[in-house]
Amino acid sequence: MAEILVLVEHTDGSVKKVTTELLTLARSIGEPSAVFIGSGADEAAATLAEYGAENIYVADAEELSNHPVAPAAEVLAQLVSEKSPAAVLIASTAEGKEVAGRLAVKIDSGLITDAIGVNSDLSATQSIFGGTVTVTSKVSTGTPVITVRPNSAAPEAAAGAGNRSDVSVSLSQGATNATITNRVEEKKGGRPDLAEAAIVVSGGRGVGGAEGFEVIEKLADSLGAAVGASRAATDAGWYPHQFQVGQTGKTVSPQLYIANGISGAIQHRAGMQTSKRIVVVNKDPEAPIFELADYGVVGDLFEVVPQLTEEVTKRKG
Amino acid sequence: MKIAVCVKQVPDTGAGITLDPNDKTVNREGEGELNSLDEYAVEEALKIAEANSGEVVAVTMGPDQAVDAVRKALQMGADSGIHLSDESLKGSCAVATSAALAKLLEGRGFDLIVFGSESTDARMSVVPAMVAERLGLPQLTYANNVEVAGSDVKIHRVTDYGYDEVSASTPAVISVVEKINEPRYPSFKGIMAAKKKPVETVTVADLGIEAPAATSTVESFEDVPPRAAGTIVTDEGDGGVKIADYLSTQKLI
Ligand SMILES: Cc1cc2nc3c(=O)[nH]c(=O)nc-3n(C[C@H](O)[C@H](O)[C@H](O)COP(=O)(O)OP(=O)(O)OC[C@H]3O[C@@H](n4cnc5c(N)ncnc54)[C@H](O)[C@@H]3O)c2cc1C
Ligand SMILES: Nc1ncnc2c1ncn2[C@@H]1O[C@H](COP(=O)(O)O)[C@@H](O)[C@H]1O
Repeated sequence: MAEILVLVEHTDGSVKKVTTELLTLARSIGEPSAVFIGSGADEAAATLAEYGAENIYVADAEELSNHPVAPAAEVLAQLVSEKSPAAVLIASTAEGKEVAGRLAVKIDSGLITDAIGVNSDLSATQSIFGGTVTVTSKVSTGTPVITVRPNSAAPEAAAGAGNRSDVSVSLSQGATNATITNRVEEKKGGRPDLAEAAIVVSGGRGVGGAEGFEVIEKLADSLGAAVGASRAATDAGWYPHQFQVGQTGKTVSPQLYIANGISGAIQHRAGMQTSKRIVVVNKDPEAPIFELADYGVVGDLFEVVPQLTEEVTKRKG
Repeated sequence: MKIAVCVKQVPDTGAGITLDPNDKTVNREGEGELNSLDEYAVEEALKIAEANSGEVVAVTMGPDQAVDAVRKALQMGADSGIHLSDESLKGSCAVATSAALAKLLEGRGFDLIVFGSESTDARMSVVPAMVAERLGLPQLTYANNVEVAGSDVKIHRVTDYGYDEVSASTPAVISVVEKINEPRYPSFKGIMAAKKKPVETVTVADLGIEAPAATSTVESFEDVPPRAAGTIVTDEGDGGVKIADYLSTQKLI
């Protein structure tokens, strides 16, 4: 079976869910090999094998993490030339897409981003124009480089050999000419990753202020959900920017998206329209977001949301 | 300091974007507009130029009417434009676009090449990284803050957890996110002045290359049926309970 390279997304060796999804997807089109860059491979190895990685290629030189994007592309390019895989799968995050872009240039291959499915002939399904059109595209040059959106496949374990081998890469000048001098954390901890979460609870201008987000956070925590925000809310400084959902924020595709006090502007829809189920709370019955709702309540979010939180907590027992 | 800003003409977002059923590429015939995310790139380029007595050149690749994107940048204050227009580039994928743009930008002595973070039609957010790769220049992308001091450039690169401080020396490639600034509106004076600003039209033959071939193609596409109408109720004091009931029937709790 043809080898499929999967770039591992992780935080210090803790493997992100999207990687288990990509490994699952890779098994349906070939034999997955995980490419692990950074430190923590020992911790990650078991999970990677559990989800079917036959090989785990580890590149763990310190300089790899000192520069944005380009080092990962160089590691992958080297592996593509050594292993001649049938395809490379990368998570469709902002950084993942940039890695994919540089890789495609290096190996002179075609690139497909934001896939929601990959077929056995290596064509990919994409959802475009804010989820209104589905296209099937195929790379016609070189080794297909495909970025896949989180939540596109349900992860299923199926043990792989997990043979580990180390990869050493000497970075080119072009990969080291931009340097990360500091990493600043602004994240509110403890909740699932927004792009990967199975449930997202979002707040917009209707939340009325930073304090109002407490109501949103409480509902999110009762459901084990991530918190999102509209641009109106992030621009006003009520919630940090990295939680913005939409065209210029994150694209999310959870099992359940709950929009509270959000009107449903086209730029917001572009980031959440492919959610499997959408629940809306808005006091304006004319708000366009109701067009997307599987279930909607016309009402004041400060009444409805706390009651829902209470009810969820009760039912979860 | 010589600054290029790459701008793209995209179909009017309000009117909706469509694919041509024959060649399966984006319809670009109708009214277009400057990619709204590129307005932030133009604004940032102008600000850097103003602070460093620089000049700004607006660069685009696209069909004849794409020159309007360059015009808009000139109205905002860019000094001149370059328009790569060639029938053979129709339907270019990101790989081909980045190849053509890199060739167009190369050898013109730009200290900074500024991009938007995403085109609202392709939505790939890859062209800036790919151009940096092709030109061997530092990639300073997803910036919500840019500081230029002489030949040192420092940005805040937006990440999932906050931001990374990334630094490099010119020449460099930058892309900016929409949080970075408030794009100016063209003034009446700016609109009048733009009419006299030079725009150089370039063809693929002028670049001394062959049109880069598309490396991926759309095989088929279909409209997603609109979501089935949902159930909308008015809160009568039990709205939260009703949502919980719905979530229970959907096995979501
Ligand atoms: C270039 C560009 C990029 C953009 N990118 C994004 C993006 O990535 N993401 C994004 O979200 N937006 C984006 N926008 C902005 C977008 O156009 C909208 O302005 C924004 O989404 C509006 O946010 P909102 O729905 O929270 O606010 P509003 O449109 O003001 O809606 C607030 C809603 O809350 C309801 N409400 C008020 N009080 C209550 C209450 N007590 N209970 C219940 N409901 C209440 C109101 O009825 C209203 O429907 C972008 C815009 C531009 C120009
Ligand atoms: N045809 C083009 N001409 C000029 N600039 C472009 C073109 N396509 C993309 N860009 C630039 O690259 C950025 C990212 O585009 P994309 O990768 O298509 O999402 C845009 O914001 C523009 O700055």
